[in-house]
Amino acid sequence: MSEARIVIVGAGPAGVRAAEALVNHGLAPIVIDEAPAAGGQIYRRPPAGFARPARVLYGFEAAKAQRLHAAFEALRPRLDYRPDTLAWNVSEGSLWTQRSGTIERIPFDRLILCTGAMDRVIPLPGWTLPGAFTLGGAQVALKAQGCAVGRRTVFFGTGPLLYLVAHQIAAAGATVAAVLDTSRARDSWHALAGLVAVPTTALKGAWYQLDLVLRRTPWHRGIRPLAVMGRDRVEGVRFRDANGTEREIACDAVAFGYGLKPETQLAELAGAAFAYDGAGLWLPRVDPAGRLAPNVYAAGDGCGILGADAAELAGRRAGLAVAADLGRTVPPREIAGIERRRSAIRAFRAGLEVAFPTPTELAATLPDATILCRCEGATVGALRTVANHKDAGEINQAKALCRVGMGRCQGRVCGFAACQVLAAARGVSVEAVGRLRAQAPVKPLPLAARLP
Amino acid sequence: MADPQFVRVAERHRAPVAIVIDGRPFQAVAGDTLLTALLLAGARVRVAEFGPGDRAGFCLMGACQDCWVNLADGTRTRACTTPVADGLSVLTA
Repeated sequence: MSEARIVIVGAGPAGVRAAEALVNHGLAPIVIDEAPAAGGQIYRRPPAGFARPARVLYGFEAAKAQRLHAAFEALRPRLDYRPDTLAWNVSEGSLWTQRSGTIERIPFDRLILCTGAMDRVIPLPGWTLPGAFTLGGAQVALKAQGCAVGRRTVFFGTGPLLYLVAHQIAAAGATVAAVLDTSRARDSWHALAGLVAVPTTALKGAWYQLDLVLRRTPWHRGIRPLAVMGRDRVEGVRFRDANGTEREIACDAVAFGYGLKPETQLAELAGAAFAYDGAGLWLPRVDPAGRLAPNVYAAGDGCGILGADAAELAGRRAGLAVAADLGRTVPPREIAGIERRRSAIRAFRAGLEVAFPTPTELAATLPDATILCRCEGATVGALRTVANHKDAGEINQAKALCRVGMGRCQGRVCGFAACQVLAAARGVSVEAVGRLRAQAPVKPLPLAARLP
Repeated sequence: MADPQFVRVAERHRAPVAIVIDGRPFQAVAGDTLLTALLLAGARVRVAEFGPGDRAGFCLMGACQDCWVNLADGTRTRACTTPVADGLSVLTA
């Protein structure tokens, strides 16, 4: 009897730990990853020949990053590892991939999706100007390319990444022109009850904020961003401070984001049911072990944002679930240990949501002329027009009429805000306008891509 | 050409890689992505096909698809996930 064919998509914290759990049970999965090296976004490894040590690249998380990388290297001989490979469809029991222009169909007995997350973006006037990046993008530039995204960068938005990236850029010797947080200081105090569930992580966050103060970096909380300014490229940021005063800060780059957003396209194609999280996101429904659909599992931030530590645990849990579902014996004690740690992280995460609430209302108040969908150059006003005059009450219907969310990113970037804009224009809940449907290929394929 | 968008703050000692941007030679280094090279050379990755103005990437992690560029040989590539190689010739407009 041939061994079950197990495919894991993603080699970040969840994917690596899922692979490890399977290997520990004598199973040898295929690991598909779009990146050239394992580690995911958070523990992304720089290209060969880079010299900075882990402590510089990953800061407080250096030991975790090194453990994850070492774990993956130890697994390599037992894996069919395929880096630089895009997974672009799940259909009829097969995963479809593309590497260097060659398409492959991989039939699977079990599939584990560890697709991770990207920045949650809320557009604003000027956000498509050269020099405007996501927070995650600014971090990639620094970690994986040794570059600052500008000479003087304003960081704005909210969430832990805001402070982490600003700290990293300052530590690398580039200028942080300002840090502008939409959350208020008192939000952090209200969040303490949750944050103490994982006190070490909370303290790291406090350190990044203290570091801002020590560096005398301009830092405002409770702000509302108004526009990224500039003619041909970024020249400044305009915002309203907590007292209601409009201010401008000159800069040549901005990096912004409002927390993270799961990458759920493959889960959807694999047949996931989705549930609204009450705060603007639709999450694939999984059971505690990560079961998503028949023979399909999911783990990590792709199922809902809980961070890297939780992703490692969820990955291991999903790997063990596959092993158990294939008849291997998994000790209940091992599962119980994972669940204990995950529940502490969930409490912490709930605290983070209180400390850094997503200012979802920003999208609904954007001026009509603001570009909403950067792929198609479609404006907020275009979406409002179809909402009000073409009776488009559902986001996919609206997309068909005004092209918002129709571009090559499939609404990954604008979808969150587009649903807010549509809901406000229609005077209904965000849940009522639905969610943008994913379709294969989930990312662009070269026209010349061929079957082997 | 416009002032560069990116500033190299670390990892400076890498082997040079000669590429061509809009017909002009540019010296990148091994390990640079095409997007990094473009933004160390200037402030444009491409011209937006539906909107006024230039684009210079956004997410840098292969999600937003805003940095697809044309190579001189007629192929298209996503600049943020394409490593530079000697002789690579890219067109930003």
